[in-house]
Amino acid sequence: MVLEIRDLAVTFRTDRGPLRAVDGVSFAVEAGRTLAIVGESGCGKSVTALAAMGLLPGNARLSGSIRLRGREMATLAQAEWRRRRGREIAMVFQEPMTSLNPAFTAGEQIAEVLRLHERLGERAAFDRAIALLDRVRIPDAARRARQYPHQLSGGMRQRVMIAMALACRPRLLIADEPTTALDVTVQAQILALLDELKRETGAAVVLITHDLGIVADHADDVVVMYAGRVAERAPAARLFARPEHPYTVGLLGAAPRIEGGPSRLASIEGTVPDLLRPPEGCRFAPRCPFRGADCIRQPPLAEVEPGHATACWRAPLDRVLAA
Amino acid sequence: MSEPLLELRNLRKYFPLRDALGRRRGAVRAVDGVSLSVARGTVLAIVGESGCGKSTLGRLALRLIEPDVGSVLFEGEDLRALSPAALRARRRDMQLIFQDPFASLDPRMTVGAAIAEPLRLHRIIPRSGEAARVAELLERVGLRPEAARRWPHEFSGGQRQRIAIARALASNPRLVIGDEPVSALDVSVQAQVVNLLADLIRDLGLTFVLISHDLGVVRHIADRVAVMYLGSLVEEAPAEALFAAPRHPYTRALLAAVPGRGLRAPPLEGDVPSPIAPPPGCRFHTRCPHAEAICREQVPALTGEAHRAACHLQDRLPPAPPLREAEPGGERLRRLQSFFQPAGSDA
Ligand SMILES: Nc1ncnc2c1ncn2[C@@H]1O[C@H](COP(=O)(O)OP(=O)(O)OP(=O)(O)O)[C@@H](O)[C@H]1O
Ligand code: SF4
Ligand SMILES: [Mg+2]
Repeated sequence: MVLEIRDLAVTFRTDRGPLRAVDGVSFAVEAGRTLAIVGESGCGKSVTALAAMGLLPGNARLSGSIRLRGREMATLAQAEWRRRRGREIAMVFQEPMTSLNPAFTAGEQIAEVLRLHERLGERAAFDRAIALLDRVRIPDAARRARQYPHQLSGGMRQRVMIAMALACRPRLLIADEPTTALDVTVQAQILALLDELKRETGAAVVLITHDLGIVADHADDVVVMYAGRVAERAPAARLFARPEHPYTVGLLGAAPRIEGGPSRLASIEGTVPDLLRPPEGCRFAPRCPFRGADCIRQPPLAEVEPGHATACWRAPLDRVLAA
Repeated sequence: MSEPLLELRNLRKYFPLRDALGRRRGAVRAVDGVSLSVARGTVLAIVGESGCGKSTLGRLALRLIEPDVGSVLFEGEDLRALSPAALRARRRDMQLIFQDPFASLDPRMTVGAAIAEPLRLHRIIPRSGEAARVAELLERVGLRPEAARRWPHEFSGGQRQRIAIARALASNPRLVIGDEPVSALDVSVQAQVVNLLADLIRDLGLTFVLISHDLGVVRHIADRVAVMYLGSLVEEAPAEALFAAPRHPYTRALLAAVPGRGLRAPPLEGDVPSPIAPPPGCRFHTRCPHAEAICREQVPALTGEAHRAACHLQDRLPPAPPLREAEPGGERLRRLQSFFQPAGSDA
């Protein structure tokens, strides 16, 4: 396993009290595979990713275990995290503009990473930066390498970020909504590029998205999060064929499809809970059409099938249909 | 077809660019010769990627900005010819819903006051009837009448969008334009608002122009779809026909790029060119996998009757691959999802 997260919990100190953003999250990713974390805004996807990168802000407290290629990271000092981050883990964010330095050219920024991690000289680093830009299919890479971020389109900036991530040959690539800010035709290019690079480098990929279509096309395994917890975890094909958590069922029916479909979308009533005052027991209960008296207790994440786990007292859901 | 409620004739809008000294340096060709009509009681969707001109077209249609060339007809009447007073009276018939539910409501106004504002502005009902009308509108969009006394910041994004819809409906408009009205919402909340819009359109007989980049939402509520690329229409057709048999290579590429139906076609290459200097000939030729010499030289006309497309090769292209029904969950999933239909919401 490249990354193994067990019982991860993250609590933020806020002026309205402690906020448990991530609560008991566990999953693992192997080399050459893509694990998607999917869920709606605020469910803890990014906080999980930041924890796995050792990038949580100062007001966060973390518990649980984060193992990177077998080595426990959760207890590491900041300096050691930093060293590993460049070497073994790389991250691509939603908005490349905020992670690129506007004062340096695309080539200079990639070269800087190479100088640090590969100890290349200035000239050699810049040449390799151009080669990397070419590899992420930036046309006319030598010219683009000399341009500043604001001179590049959104899609090109995201390619620069990916080139920078690749510069340190990571074992683990975490991509947090890497295409959410892009147009759909450019999104398709970037996702195809990430797939191709994963095949070439054998890196493990954690892909964070709120789009189940992207999960279907690009993920091997999926973690569905709801209000800081794992609702369901399964191989992607299995999740779409036999979802076993009511939230997953609702999400699958809520996204309108270009093939058409029922005249009314499945509607998950209400809104996501306030994490400062989460509901007791199953966090989905206030919105769940299958809830019962037992849902006042928290359902454990339990396997319904090897590799397929769900946190719902009703699972397997076929029992609901039989009733 | 009956007389259209809204007709756009050959609209053009360029936004001039100026350098640091204020000298003109070209222009963004946001909308470049678009003609469209919207029949009464129907939903027209305008789709395309960022910068294609769809929002500018919406603003031109409402006359929030003036076109350089072309005219906007509302019930056959040229809006440009109206006096300011007559235009103001017309405004109550046309409303706009914006994307950002956080920016579109004034934080210093209670929800009730925000909804009542258009009622007062257009002197639609006497003050004594205001509270009742506000309560009715709130219920219409699925909120409790008590919401009138509360402030926008007390509501979630989805609830604010419902409030914005209630406000847009207050003056009983005949035309509503929604500029990405559900794009900022999470999928579960988006589904609630899409269902609400579909109900309102049906129950109130609204004529609706939906500006959106989300083809799923478009498929769900539009009767007709217009596809824009770099300021021009490339295709316009009944929704059914456009999704089943898209004619323009750009429309096909857009549909193929929607995630969730397997990776069959290689994605379209390159970025959208700059609208400051769009390519000559067919504006799509730089990215089109079928482009030939003629495409680089001549601007293709929008041809056809009910289904129009602007492509030189439209009659020679191979048929578009059918949209596969990608529903691995099958009957079991459909039955489980039926529990997510709130009883009585079809009212
Ligand atoms: N620095 C912080 N201090 C306090 N609370 C935080 C902090 N960062 C995140 N949170 C809270 O943690 C929860 C989870 O946030 P997170 O950013 O992980 O959500 P997400 O799933 O990535 O959502 P999105 O889809 O909007 O990106 C939210 O309630 C958020 O407000
Ligand atoms: S545990 Fe109960 S409330 Fe939670 S998802 Fe399952 S049925 Fe619904
Ligand atoms: Mg996030």
